[in-house]
Formats: sequence, C-alpha cells, structure tokens
Amino acid sequence: MLQTFKTHHFLFEELVKRDFKKKYKRTVLGMAWSVLSPLLSLLVMRLVFTQFFGGNTPHYTTFLFCGNLVFAFFSDSTNQGMTSLMDNASIFTKVNVPKYLFLLAKNAQCLINFGLTLVVFLLFCVLDHVAFTWRFFLLLYPITCLVLLNLGIGLVLSALFVFFRDMQYLWSVFTQLLMYASAIFYSVDNFSPQIQRVFLANPVYLIIKYFRVITIEGLTLSWHYHLLMAAEALAVLALGCWMYKKYNHQFLYYV
Amino acid sequence: MAILEVNNVSIRYITGDFKDIGLKEFVMRKLTGNYHVTEFWADKDVTFSLERGEMLGIIGSNGAGKSTLLKAVSGIMVPTEGTIRRQGSIAALLELASGFDGELTVRENAYLRGAMLGYTRRFMDEKYDEIIAFAELKDFEDRPFKQLSSGMKSRLAFSIACLVKPDILILDEVLSVGDGAFRKKSESKMHEIINGGATTILVSHSLEQVRQLCGKVLWLHKGRQVVCGTDVEGICDRYQQFLDGTLTIETAED
Repeated sequence: MLQTFKTHHFLFEELVKRDFKKKYKRTVLGMAWSVLSPLLSLLVMRLVFTQFFGGNTPHYTTFLFCGNLVFAFFSDSTNQGMTSLMDNASIFTKVNVPKYLFLLAKNAQCLINFGLTLVVFLLFCVLDHVAFTWRFFLLLYPITCLVLLNLGIGLVLSALFVFFRDMQYLWSVFTQLLMYASAIFYSVDNFSPQIQRVFLANPVYLIIKYFRVITIEGLTLSWHYHLLMAAEALAVLALGCWMYKKYNHQFLYYV
Repeated sequence: MAILEVNNVSIRYITGDFKDIGLKEFVMRKLTGNYHVTEFWADKDVTFSLERGEMLGIIGSNGAGKSTLLKAVSGIMVPTEGTIRRQGSIAALLELASGFDGELTVRENAYLRGAMLGYTRRFMDEKYDEIIAFAELKDFEDRPFKQLSSGMKSRLAFSIACLVKPDILILDEVLSVGDGAFRKKSESKMHEIINGGATTILVSHSLEQVRQLCGKVLWLHKGRQVVCGTDVEGICDRYQQFLDGTLTIETAED
C-alpha cells in the first residue's frame, strides 16, 4: 500500500490540484464561499434555535458551530467521495491506476476546506469568550477520527455508487436524518440516560461532543470515550477497505 | 523466456437487470426473485505469448473482444478465467483523447496526463517544452482545454504518450493522429518507439499496416481466437477473404 502510494504520489498531487482548481474555478469568492456557506447556516441556526435551545446552553454560538463544523465536513467529504470514482471513470477505464486514489484526492481537498473553516471557528471561539487551553491541541484526535470515518464511508459509498446510481439520493436522505440525530442544535442532556447512550452509537455525534467538551467545558474526555471513537471510525474504514478489495475488479463492468 | 504470456484468458461481462435500477429496486427484485442477469463472454480461451521485441497484430471485426483483451493485458481489467504473466513495464495507449479535463488548462492537463502514465514530476518538468513543441500548442498553453479542437487534443495526447519507454507497448488504433503534417510526424515517432525494442501489440483495422509491421497475428472473432501464428501473410489473406465473404469462420479455423 505504501509502495503503491509512493509510485503514485505525483498523480495524487495532480488530482488534488485538479479538484481544488475545479472547485474554486480560480475565483476569489470561490474560496471565500466555502467558509461563508457554513457561516450562513450557522447564522440561521443561531437566529432560529436560540429561542428554543439557547437559554440553558452556555456559549450557544460555539455550541452550534462545533456541530456545524463537524457535520459540514462529514457531509461534504462523504457526498463528494461518493461520486469521486464515477467522475473519473474515463481515467481508470483507460489507465491502470489504484482506484482509491481518486477518493483520497477528493478527501484531501475537503480536508483543506475544513482547515479553512476551522480557522474561522477558532476566531469565533475568541469572540464567544471561550478560554483557550492546551487541551485545544487534543482536537487533533477527533479530527483524525473524522478523516478516517469520512474515508471509510467514502470507500463504501463510492463502491456502491458504481453499482447503484440512486445512492446519491438515498445518502442525501440519510445525511439529513443523521443531521437531526447528531444533536447539532440541541443538547442531549434533556434525554434519559438510556437514550443518551444510544447517541454514542453515532460516530459523528461522538466527534461533535468531543469538540464541545474541549472548547466549551474546557475538560478532557475519558480514555474509553477515545477508544470508542477510534473503534467506530476504524470499523467503518475496515468495512470500506473490505468492499474495495472485494469489488475493485468489478467496477469496470458497471461504468 | 516469454515477456508476455496469455493463457486461456476469458473475460465475462454481466449484463441485464442490475444497470440503472438502483438499490431500492435491486432489493425489491431480489426479494421477489425477479432479478435476472445474463452473461456475455467478451473473450473466450485466448492464448498467446510474445518474446522480447516481437510485434503482434490483433485483427477482427467490431465486437471481437480486441479492446477488452488489451485491457486485461495492460492490467486494467482482471480476467475472469485464465492467467496473464507480464515482465517489465507496460504502457497502454488506448483511446488517447479521452480522460482530459475541459476545465483545466493545456499545461495542467499535460501534467495530469503525465502523472497518469506514471511519469515523475521531474521527468515532466524536463520534457514539458518538448511536448508542447511537438504538439504545436505553444500559443495555447494557458487556454482551458475545452477550447481546443479535437485534433489539437489528440495531438497533445499523442505527444505526451509517445515519451514512454516501456518493455511492452500496447497501441489501440493510435499509430497516427492529426492532420497531414502531424500524421507523418506521429507515424515516424511511433516507428521510432517500436524499433527501440519494445514488445508491441497493435490493434489495427488496416491490414496493410499489420502486414507491414507485425511478425505475429492474432485473429479474434466474437471473443473466440480464430487463429494465432507467425504466418502473417497467410492469416491476413484469409482474413481479407473472410471480410469479402468468400470464406467462413469455420473454414478459416482449419
């Protein structure tokens, strides 16, 4: 795996560059838009939900932004990852290249995008009078988990999308449902402990909660919480790798 | 020691219901037992081997399984049955003009294509000017690719691809591209590569070309191997007779 990546890193770089240039089409606003759009949805949520949920949640803006930041990255990365393979069908039917390379390139581009939003997020933390501690460095852990999760889901979806063209529609429905189940604009504290435990099965929620605990509460999470996050992300990644290994050679018949 | 060995290779496509029905419909049909697929063998029991420096011509009418076989040989596709053994590097020049990105500039596309063909960045930096000069696209370097004419596109594709120095070279109808002057230039460039000692597989509809260049011929018909041998003239003659309708496949196989 490492060896093949070494031989293909030039192609990988060129693919990332291509995706990046195509996304922003060499415009100034293009780049700004990728930061503006999560800010706009943050603004709307802030205006609408403060009435209902904001009252007893301290730092509600940061609270919302944690959810938005994580979920936007998740949804962006998985949705684009899903089509990454089919978009490049004209390439991998003509040239013998590892097919996961297209997904990796797409994810790299989404990660760059996420990095930009993360900077804005940290600025908002300052505006919201959040206390910065050394614990902010721990955020690298949930980000790593999220990247692995996105890759895993991207592998599964892009493979499925080759066979079933309605995946795009099904996944957008699922993403919508997951968004409501990820406690982005509400706090789970109002639920009974049993139901709160159900939320832990949602890897996106785990990551959002991690962000909130670090930034708003200024605390650290237990080691088994860390373990659970890693386990969920790696399980999805393993599933994705298995699917690719199994169906990799069949993709060509379906494009 | 053969540089390329193709043993009893068969490739099966699956056609039928699954395409375009989507996951929901797929699950429903599976449940109701209403899901059908049909098999289609694009290639059946193809066997040949090539020594270093040999040149094989593959002939056959449309749908004979030529392109599918080439995809298997170049490693893009895995054969359903049989084995393919390769030694050394392989470069396949299939349908040159596709796989470019219309939004990117000529320069960016050149680098992307170079990366796809397995070149290094250093190699591309070195050869870039040469490529553009050969393709005669100096004035178009920073234009979006979609603004180019299709002739220009294939000129660029050819100019990048012809820098390869593989052990095995696969050519699918790409011996010459472009208009008059460029056609001549590309033909001589191609001969240069072939004469450089690469083992070459050539798919061509021009029997003339096959007779002139190849030392071995493989005739495919509807996926089956009609004949494969070094009697280039004899096989080409029989293929010509078959095309003229004076010979049937059955008699050609004897």
